[in-house]
Amino acid sequence: MSTALTTSKNAPATVDPTGAPAVRISHVHKSFGRPGTATPVLDDITLDVAPGEFLCLLGASGCGKSTLLNLIAGLDQPTAGEIEVPSGRPALMFQEHALFPWLTAGKNVELALRLNGVARPERRAEAERLLELVRLGGAYGKRVHELSGGMRQRVAMARALAQGSRVLLMDEPFAALDAITRDVLHDEITRIWAERQLTVVFVTHNVREAVRLAQRVVLLSSRPGRVAREWQIDLPQPRRIESAGVADLSVEITEELRGEIRRHGQH
Amino acid sequence: MASTETTPAPADDLTGVEAGLDALDSVQIQRTPIGQLLRQKALPPLIGVLLVLGVWQLTYSLHVTASYNLPSPADVWGSLTDLWTAGTLFSIIWTSLWRGIVGFLAAVVIGTPIGLLVARVKPVRAAIGPILQGLQSLPSVAWVPAAVIWLGINDSMMYAVILLGAVPSIANGLVAGIDQVPPLFLRAGRTLGASGVSNARHILLPAALPGYLAGLKQGWAFSWRSLMAAELVASSPDLGLGLGRYLENQREGMSMPGVLLGIILILLVGVAIDLLVFSPIERRVLRSRGLLTTGR
Repeated sequence: MSTALTTSKNAPATVDPTGAPAVRISHVHKSFGRPGTATPVLDDITLDVAPGEFLCLLGASGCGKSTLLNLIAGLDQPTAGEIEVPSGRPALMFQEHALFPWLTAGKNVELALRLNGVARPERRAEAERLLELVRLGGAYGKRVHELSGGMRQRVAMARALAQGSRVLLMDEPFAALDAITRDVLHDEITRIWAERQLTVVFVTHNVREAVRLAQRVVLLSSRPGRVAREWQIDLPQPRRIESAGVADLSVEITEELRGEIRRHGQH
Repeated sequence: MASTETTPAPADDLTGVEAGLDALDSVQIQRTPIGQLLRQKALPPLIGVLLVLGVWQLTYSLHVTASYNLPSPADVWGSLTDLWTAGTLFSIIWTSLWRGIVGFLAAVVIGTPIGLLVARVKPVRAAIGPILQGLQSLPSVAWVPAAVIWLGINDSMMYAVILLGAVPSIANGLVAGIDQVPPLFLRAGRTLGASGVSNARHILLPAALPGYLAGLKQGWAFSWRSLMAAELVASSPDLGLGLGRYLENQREGMSMPGVLLGIILILLVGVAIDLLVFSPIERRVLRSRGLLTTGR
């Protein structure tokens, strides 16, 4: 594991005075199938995510990045090792919006509030506040199928925020969107991350997206997934995906990613 | 926009792009005007019925078969007006309809928990899932002799036959509905903190509703068929005069117009319940989920 500091400036959004990480992953192994014949998916992953950090997990397909995210989310258990999220159950956003089609946009958000224990009288106002936050103030009564792909992901974002967690896990949430819409949502997520001082773990296979968003990019190797390398990204926010700084660093990381993939062709 | 923090204003030119995208990408839902709806939905079946009546009348007029075998539409209309003037038309329909409704509701009350159990509890599914599937293909008239011996010729026997016909299809509809719930919804529900009862109430059952409704619809069809079979076979003065019994009485009296009228009334009641009760509910549910596109 090596670290490349790209610029001298280094300022994380917030620093927890106790220094405790928001997510602590220590020596996590994960394999599927029966012991003996099981193929390891994750191999000895150790990773701390600082409170308020925006971290991108980058890797080719089969590197187990989604598996790692599911483990952090508590949807699955590691075969060995430990994962701690001291602030409690993290919020999770999927590649598909996963909104419930039998509810309106607003009611989707309200359901998350309800399951989070928010009392009925406050739910409506809070749901409207959250939709306002993702710039969908007028969409409360809209059905899911009446919204565009980008709007659906923003409602999903509002619903994730309604869980009240300080830790937001995102599993390639913008992968299915067109480039222009994705740009807009990159702006939204960095703005909301800064405003709400969230800790974000963002999984992607898109290098530019990782460099556009993250303070730190962690590259996972494939089969089994290991931490191959990590980069601290100190370009000032808000960034543009088409800017030279993003492009330069993307070239470097892409080279590394290709190297990781190439290794698998040599066996 | 939250009021607490300032957004990075200068580089924020993408917000205009966002508003533009929202306007461009949103799906415009259009309702079909009522006139067009009538023309598209009501006119074709009406033409179909008129066509059948025409062919019927023609066959009668050409004397293809003896008129005691095939009476004219007017003869059947005459039987209907006879019933109307005798004042028994609605009591005959209501006797059957009431039995059908009560039996169907009882089948819903019994079939729903069975469906839930079969869908969610593996051993229960392994044990009675195949039996439920098999029962669905058994014609419910086959139960009538058994029900008569067990319960005698009375209302309980009618309800027993309805239940045996309708419960399996209602339970199976719910099982199919639950099986078809996308796993993504269940995962999303789990990350939102839904489990056990709250999961069933907020995620599982609403997600399974379209399949459940299809099961209810089929359950009604089975209830109605079972009841008619029971009324046809079982004869007793204790039982009120329902549509099935009316039909059988007409056969015994060798009145072909009455027989045809009986068949038509049974058909009409079944179709009417489907059109007036189940179809609107189903359409509403599907439309609200964007699963029904109209007017395209």
